[in-house]
Amino acid sequence: MAVKFAKLNEGNYVLDVQGYVCPHPQLYTKKGLEKLKQGETLELIFDNPSSGESIAAMCQAEGNEIVAQEKEAGKTTMHWHIRKS
Amino acid sequence: MTSLPCNAVNIDTPLILTTEPRNLKRAFLVLGFFVLISLGSFAVDHRFIYFSAYLWFGFIYGMSLQYGRFCMASAIRDLFAVGVPRMAVGIMIAVVLFSLISAYVTVAGKSTFHPSPIGLYSVIGGLIFGIGMVYTGGCASGSLYKTGEGSIAALLVVLSLSFTQAFLVDAGGWLNHLVPSGWTESALAKNLPAVITPTDGWYDQFLAGYVWNLTATTMGELLGFTGIVSAAFIGNSLVNAIIPAVLILVAIYLRWYRKGYLRGNEAQYRGLSTELAGYWSMITASKRTAIAGLVLGVAAGLHMWVMQGLQHRLGIANAGELLAGMGFTDGLSIQDTVFDPGYFYITTQEAQGAAWIIQKLGFNVMDSIFFGLDNGVPNPLLNPVLWMSISLVGGAAVMALLNNEFKLKMPTPEIATWAIFGGILMGIGARVGLGCNIGAFFATVTNGDPSGWLFGLGMTIGGFIGVKFFNWWIERKMAKDMALFDL
Repeated sequence: MAVKFAKLNEGNYVLDVQGYVCPHPQLYTKKGLEKLKQGETLELIFDNPSSGESIAAMCQAEGNEIVAQEKEAGKTTMHWHIRKS
Repeated sequence: MTSLPCNAVNIDTPLILTTEPRNLKRAFLVLGFFVLISLGSFAVDHRFIYFSAYLWFGFIYGMSLQYGRFCMASAIRDLFAVGVPRMAVGIMIAVVLFSLISAYVTVAGKSTFHPSPIGLYSVIGGLIFGIGMVYTGGCASGSLYKTGEGSIAALLVVLSLSFTQAFLVDAGGWLNHLVPSGWTESALAKNLPAVITPTDGWYDQFLAGYVWNLTATTMGELLGFTGIVSAAFIGNSLVNAIIPAVLILVAIYLRWYRKGYLRGNEAQYRGLSTELAGYWSMITASKRTAIAGLVLGVAAGLHMWVMQGLQHRLGIANAGELLAGMGFTDGLSIQDTVFDPGYFYITTQEAQGAAWIIQKLGFNVMDSIFFGLDNGVPNPLLNPVLWMSISLVGGAAVMALLNNEFKLKMPTPEIATWAIFGGILMGIGARVGLGCNIGAFFATVTNGDPSGWLFGLGMTIGGFIGVKFFNWWIERKMAKDMALFDL
């Protein structure tokens, strides 16, 4: 499964890094957020639990808001919605 | 899908109460397996209790590592890559705690620790290891616990670093031409037994011709403390571990945490009290990591105490004596020893496991210093330290199951390539550095051995280099996708 970065609609993007382990999810998320404009949102899809805490801490440090966190039932796949500050 | 509260930093997952029923069943099955191994082996021969001690401490390490997502690769990598100090802070907490417990264990006469020689090899080994662990996504202990989470990529890392070590420590041929002549002469002068061929093999000559000529010491000895209490607590713990850890935490706070902490609170700034509050906030930011650091520090110290106690009880100095006494002499070194550090250690036992397999394929590794003279290649089922690694995976699996985080994950070809390549670097780095993030850093700095900081320095530089490379790699890959959009 390759990394997927796509535009959903105006101001909303999705980054799918399922199947990737550290440090790929963190680095792709950082790079992806750097490209977004203030107020735009990124839906991050990942399934590596240890990346989650690093990404959460990174968002807090940079002031980006995690507006929603969802977990697929019975799986380790997470969907996070991050708004660029 | 389930929505979770948006508490961004402290994602505290409650245990058992929210564990899915089938995961709870599986967790008990894994636990039951190890209980069966312990009881069954004890029933066969009571001396297997020595093996079980390693097993249960490994289990505790695995549970703690997974719970706190403890990974030295993350500690260094996430600092440089994404500016997150969480794991670096956790590691330093564990260093401080374990150093105090190690000092107590030393004073009580229960320590099994031996310092490593001090030399540049530690920096070089750490550097190679550091680059490798960024590529693989986990250090040696991290890769083991992530294997317990179901990550096949992590398992590939463990296998890669294991077989790399097994081949490296016995490899000669063209590698012999890379050996400085001084090493060869010095190795010859050591008058090693004929069955060990110290001048045929890069690693043999590295050990016998270079490392063995260096001095090993502890900070307590270096500073001239003659009393065991002052040497252990002031020299080894305070000077070698606590002060450096506190200073590192100050540097981390100033460089990576302070700006975010003060953001939006400039009007409430009160000078030193605000800075101290910020420093404390950084240390307590991740409850899971702090708890895991505490448990690891305590368990690692208790481990030394227990192993020493068992050695006394069983009248042995090395597990090789146990094996010989039980009639298992196959695979012992020529000194009738096997690898038996008596504390938390990784990489050597994995190398032994890989060596046992390659011996079955016809390779002779017992003419090497590493296996033939020192560590032996016992049957993996009779390798007490390997029991610890396997149970570490098991403990991590149990914790992952309880957290509903266990998932068998096959790697992509790209991730598998990084895992194998990075694992090779980690294997080389671990042998050159005489250990990994645990054996050459965590266990050493906490027991007063200054060589551990040299390995740590190398790991940090290697981690920085690895991150720089990955930044470039991912930037390049994303540029292709980004170009399609109006960004």
